[in-house]
Parts: sequence; structure tokens; C-alpha cells
Amino acid sequence: MIRVESAFVAFPQGGGEDRVVLRDLSLVVPRGQTVSIIGSNGAGKSTLLNAIAGTVSLRSGSIVVDGRDCARDPEWIRARYVGRVRQNPLAGTAGEMTIVDNLALASRKGPRRLRMAVTPASAKILAARVAELGMGLEDRLRENVSRLSGGQRQALTLLMAVLSRPSVLLLDEHTAALDPANAELVSSLTKRFIAEFGLTALIVTHDMKRALEQADRVVMMHDGGIVADVSGEEKSRMSVIDLVQLFRSRRGTDYAEDRDLLH
Amino acid sequence: MIEGILVEGLIYGILALGVFISFRVLDFPDLTVEGSFPAGAAAAAAIVTAAARSGATGSVPSWFAAAAPFVAVLAGFVAGCLAGLATSLVHHKLKVPPLLAGIVTMTGFYSINLRILGGKPNLPLIKNNPLLQAARTWLGPSVPQDLALLAAALLAALLVAALLDLFFHTETGIAMGALGDNEAAVIQVGVNPSSLRTLGIVLANGLAGLSGAFAASYQGFADVNFGAGVVAAGLASVMLGELVLRSQFIGAQLFRVLLGSILFRGLMYAARSWGYLAGITPNDLRLLTALLIVGAVAISKYAAKRPRPGPGAGQRISLRGGRP
Repeated sequence: MIRVESAFVAFPQGGGEDRVVLRDLSLVVPRGQTVSIIGSNGAGKSTLLNAIAGTVSLRSGSIVVDGRDCARDPEWIRARYVGRVRQNPLAGTAGEMTIVDNLALASRKGPRRLRMAVTPASAKILAARVAELGMGLEDRLRENVSRLSGGQRQALTLLMAVLSRPSVLLLDEHTAALDPANAELVSSLTKRFIAEFGLTALIVTHDMKRALEQADRVVMMHDGGIVADVSGEEKSRMSVIDLVQLFRSRRGTDYAEDRDLLH
Repeated sequence: MIEGILVEGLIYGILALGVFISFRVLDFPDLTVEGSFPAGAAAAAAIVTAAARSGATGSVPSWFAAAAPFVAVLAGFVAGCLAGLATSLVHHKLKVPPLLAGIVTMTGFYSINLRILGGKPNLPLIKNNPLLQAARTWLGPSVPQDLALLAAALLAALLVAALLDLFFHTETGIAMGALGDNEAAVIQVGVNPSSLRTLGIVLANGLAGLSGAFAASYQGFADVNFGAGVVAAGLASVMLGELVLRSQFIGAQLFRVLLGSILFRGLMYAARSWGYLAGITPNDLRLLTALLIVGAVAISKYAAKRPRPGPGAGQRISLRGGRP
């Protein structure tokens, strides 16, 4: 469960006035719920995820994850129960290390011990897990991650993010940099892992169709706040066109980027 | 001559392993070694001479005198570790950039090293050579001096490299390898990146101190100016190694640092011995070292542009330095 209360985030910018990115935003996500977050560029979607993960700190407000008030905790402490995948497939893995070393790194959260990272037994378990991706990576365990394609690397990053069983998964446009086939694949893996590990998930996306399909709830952001929050029957009755129209009406203005929302 | 090059290459190779860890594994350009290397030399020399002095007056038991060389070498390691810790604290607590943090520590340690040496700029060890004493204790007194030294240096360098190889296969070692590659991946698994980097910097400088202890023993004295130029020498060794041996195995990468160090000492020896034929004097050795580094970088840049076979299967950790 995630409870964000009156989160206020602003970044200093040249010339006095700070740029406000989150304006007293509040959001409660019950355990096990999947939420799509949509909104135009600069609405604060990524900042919301960064604030929950601890990459960005709040000026005021609170963030509670699974009953722990974590707004003051550094990112590496919060990472023990928060998993995340970013848009850039290079961001979540160590490219100059082998697939099996990356998996071994990600298989457990917390301080490292002085015991062998990969044993024949653990390699077998990790190979079985990576085989579930259906990409044949189990036969390439000793290859460097930098040799994988973007789709393979992002699927591996996703697996690494859930392998240590976090309770919250934050996905920031994690399929946006992939070609349609790989985006589809990573999306379906996402759905499977969320169900398998019982995760509470926030998924930022620009893809309205996917936003409706993949989540129990769609939250629309604009200018640092939440302008619409659709779930349950209301969400299931909604088409992509309805969602775009809702988006237009709530946002007030109208601009060319709308076309991008429809694909 | 050849024993000299080998012994020097292996002893300074331990320093180069430290430079490899900070520059290549951690991606942390650390100049602290210019302070930690002489700190190790000074600490070892101070312990050996103190033990010899009290041994002569009979104030310590004989087993203590026999253990002194090992204690001295250990002290060299610890002294280096402390220098590394100082740099890491300055960097992490005060957000001072790595280069400046290293310069601060290195400058401060010049005075600390003078204090360890008892206020004198150098301390002779002619009669109390710990490396030689240890080797003689193990191999027997009849073994010739240069062979005993070579055996001791070889054992020490290979042991250090083997232990590092083992370390880089542990959970901690893998995380350290990932840290220099992609810090976000380490944060993501709930590891404090600052603590992990501190461990790496401490280890790297501990190795520099250990190397300094051996160097003092080999040279027969510890000098406060021992550290001058050791960063460049270590880097040149690391880069020479990368030129002669390409591998993604961490074990091979560590081994080639030792190999590079021996090559570097060989080149320096050649320049000293036959350089006069080309008008090179010992004064030019630093320039030669600098040109060697520039040349190694240039060659690896040129080589990177040409397609070459990708890394084979079976590698374990591999680090950026492994892909020139």
C-alpha cells in the first residue's frame, strides 16, 4: 500500500522563482492494485515516481509505503521494498557484467555478504527464472548484458526488479523505448509478474489503450496534480476515446500533443 | 637484472592492483596512493626498526622479533587503508570531488609520514630487511638473496591477486563491480553506494600501503618522497597490461595488471640502461611514463574503432577497463 499525502516538490531554476512540479498531491493505492498514470509531458508523472522511490525529495508532505513513513529515507533504503524500471533499458543493469552476475546482484535486497555470489545451485535457479522470459537468455548466462538487445535488456531489468520480491513496483514508461513487438512482450511480462508476486504497481505510460487494459485504475495528472481518477466499473466501461475526451476536458487547454495519445 | 625487474614489477604490481580497483573498478580517480604508498613504507620501516632496536636490547621475546616482518607488512596495509578512509570520508561527507579529496589526503599524509618516520625524511633498513628476513625464514638461509627476494615477491603478488579474484566473485565483490558500471543498479538492490565505494577505496589504498611496505624492504629504506609519481606508474602498468592481454575474466584482468607492471619496470630499466643511445637520461623517465600512458590511451582508442570479435562465453565479472 502506498499513501502519498500533500506531496509538494519544486526544483530551483535560474531567475528566482522555483518550478513547482508536484502541488500538494495526494494519492492512496491499496495493496495489490495496479494504477496507470497518464498525463501530458511535464505533468509530474515521473516526479511522483521519483518521489516515492526517493530519487527526489519532498519539500513538504509525506509518503508511507506499507505503513513505513519513508519520505526522509534515502533511495537505497527505500529500494528494499520498492522495485523500479525506467524508460532507458540501460538504466537498471550493469552492462559490463554478465547476465548471471546481474541476476545474482538483484536476487536479494540489502547489505552484501562475503559469500560466493553465484554457486552452481544458485545459477540453476537463476537460469530457470530467466528462462521464463522466453528469450533464450538462460543459454547466454555468461554473456555480458551489453550484448543484449533493448527488449531483452528491459525484460531482464524487469525480472531483476521483481526477483527480490519488493512490495511496490514503479514503472516509468518502461516500454516506450522499445519496438512494438518488444513493448507488447514486456507489457505482458509486467502483467504476469505483478500477478505472480502480488505487487502494488504504478505504471506511467503515454499509451492510453494500454493504460486502460493493464491497470485496475487510471490516474490522470496535469500540472503537478491529479485531475481525474477512474476505477472500477467506470473504468471498465471506458474506451480510449472516452479517456482522451476526459483528459481534454479536465486539462482545459487543447494542443497538438493529443494526437500522440491516441496511438 | 631480470630478477630485479621481476621483483620490482611484482612489488609495484600490488600498487597497480590498487590503482586498478580505484580507477577501473570503481571509476574513482584516486590520487591518495601518492600518500598511502609512502605511508605503508614508513609504517613498515618504523615497526621493523623498533623491533630490531628492542630485539638488540633483549626487551622483547624472540618470537616477537621473528614475527616483526609480518607485522610490519600488515602495518603497511593498515596505514594505506587509513589514508583511503580519509579520502573517502572527505569525498562522501563533504561532497569533495574525488581528485581533490585525494590531493587533500596525499598532502596531509606527507606530514603524517614524516612523523611515522620519526621526523626524518628517510629511514634505512639495510640490516632489517623484512621481506628478505621472511623469505630466509621460509626458504632457509642458504638461498641466494635475489632468489629469496623473487620468491617472496612472487608469492606476495600472486596471493594478493588470487585473494582479489576470490573477492570479486563474492556478493560484495560483484556489487563493487556493478557500482563503477551503473550506480543505480546497486542502489536498486538496497545497498548503500557510499559504504561500498568506501570499502573499495580503503582496499585500493591498503594495497598501495602493502606495496609500499614491500618497496621499502626491497629498496632498503623508506623515504617520505616514495610516493612521487606512483599514480602515473600504476596507471601505466594497468594500461600496458590491457594492451597485451584482452580478457573479460576478472582473474585475467588482475593477472594482467601484474604483467603490465613487470613490463613497465622492464621498459624503465631499458630506458635507464640503454636510453643514452637515444639521448635519454634518467631525468626523462617521468616524461617517458607520461608518453606511455598517452600512447596506451591512443592505441586503445584506435583499436576500439575497428570491429573485433566479441567477448566469449564464460566470463564472470568484467569491467569497463576490459574493453579498450
